[in-house]
Amino acid sequence: MIYADNAATTKMSESAIQTLVATIKETYGNPSSLYEFGQKAKEVLENAREEVASLIGAEPREILFTSGGSEADNQAIISAAKLGEKEGKKHIISTAFEHHAVLHTLEKLKKEGFDITLLDVHANGIVLPEEVEAAIREDTCLVTIMYANNEIGTIQPIAEIGAVCRKHGVLFHTDAVQAIGHVKIDVKEQNIDMLSASAHKFHGPKGVGFLYAKKGIRLTNLIEGGAQERGKRAGTENVPGIAAMATALREVVKDIDKNREHLVPIRDKIIAGLAAIPHSALNGDAAQRLPSNINFCFEGIEGESLLLLLDDKGVAASSGSACTSGSLDPSHVLLAIGRVHDVAHGSLRLSLGEDVTEEDADYMIKAVKDTVEYLRSFSPVWRNLVAGKTPFIL
Amino acid sequence: MALYSEKVMDHFRNPRNVGVIEDADGVGEVGNAKCGDIMKMYLKIDGDVITDVKFETFGCGSAIASSSMATELIKGKPVEEARQLTNQAVAEALDGLPAYKMHCSVLAQEAIEAALDDYEKKKKA
Repeated sequence: MIYADNAATTKMSESAIQTLVATIKETYGNPSSLYEFGQKAKEVLENAREEVASLIGAEPREILFTSGGSEADNQAIISAAKLGEKEGKKHIISTAFEHHAVLHTLEKLKKEGFDITLLDVHANGIVLPEEVEAAIREDTCLVTIMYANNEIGTIQPIAEIGAVCRKHGVLFHTDAVQAIGHVKIDVKEQNIDMLSASAHKFHGPKGVGFLYAKKGIRLTNLIEGGAQERGKRAGTENVPGIAAMATALREVVKDIDKNREHLVPIRDKIIAGLAAIPHSALNGDAAQRLPSNINFCFEGIEGESLLLLLDDKGVAASSGSACTSGSLDPSHVLLAIGRVHDVAHGSLRLSLGEDVTEEDADYMIKAVKDTVEYLRSFSPVWRNLVAGKTPFIL
Repeated sequence: MALYSEKVMDHFRNPRNVGVIEDADGVGEVGNAKCGDIMKMYLKIDGDVITDVKFETFGCGSAIASSSMATELIKGKPVEEARQLTNQAVAEALDGLPAYKMHCSVLAQEAIEAALDDYEKKKKA
């Protein structure tokens, strides 16, 4: 079995599991309690905060623990909107291919009277800093652009976009859920004001993440209650999860170069192998992409049937097909880079784990090639394309 | 929990009656690529009995399984009986489909209707 859906979630690392279990067993006190049990838990919590902060170039007080990436995205955007509103600034800039945690929050704000500009991500899936700058207005209160796209893996020019935002005095948030642990992040050097992350995408546990918010940014509470997280996020802290997240992050950041050196040649081998399938196309820029991400469209087939047959062959992958999402439309990301519905339905994402081997790559290339050929063999769409009745798109 | 019943997976993995009938008496195609599902049915009819049926499908697992099951349900049947085939019958024969996949069974029913319409039209002409 090859697990090639690491953009969906990752396997917890052994050391993160050890931290999780040890913390559950030994440090079960409530960090808000003043006795020894509580203070030990508080220490674990604050050590984790220091560690996470140092791994992204932030200060501990700038790290707010959350239930994951979606909560962090919601809180960052809502906070910036509330701050902007006070000054009469109700314009937000984002992109058409953000995660739904961002897009749906923006839609909610739109109903509250905010003006939202969604920037073009172009055919290669990369936002241009000059287009960000051109979109900034007097009333812009936030620019929120993801660090790396979750479907097509394209990495955005974050430092440049951050510099543009800083120049114009606009807050800049980035959803770094897919990027963190894969690319080097330094929030100060890269001019990032707010950043969202989720532990389970980098071999930590599910249900835990964090929001980095530069000091001075007044956050809005999403959850009211006790005074945890400096009064900005009520609820007893998930101490074991947070500790395990810090362990997992330390590990991936330490191995970032090693992992990239291992993954990039394997990724590129798979890309070359799949590109050899007739009428297929890579989605997203070939170079400026996560070391783990491969995303293709295959003309004449539908993605869900491809996934099911790959599962039978022992490959766990994902697709942007409408049938895998339960909606009628295929992936908004693929549509945003200009893929038409007909081919967007036939997409495949392989997101590699660090333990992937050359043999796995060969196996996956063959499995995908055979399955695409098989599905095309009885596809009326493919028949029409081959017969010249309809023109090939890819 | 599996997404699909064993029967759906069986018909998806080993679809029955896949292919083309070159000299078909009735051909029907429904759906569109934009929505992600296209089904094409080919019928061979002799004395108002469906003697052979083949299909081609572009679509998800349940679309392929629905096409396959629908061909099984009408093969060897009189045209009049095939006309009575409902999407519920296709879904039931597959031991059910998830609610949001029921349209696949509707498509199978419509593909057969379209092929039978084509047959009637050719017969009149």
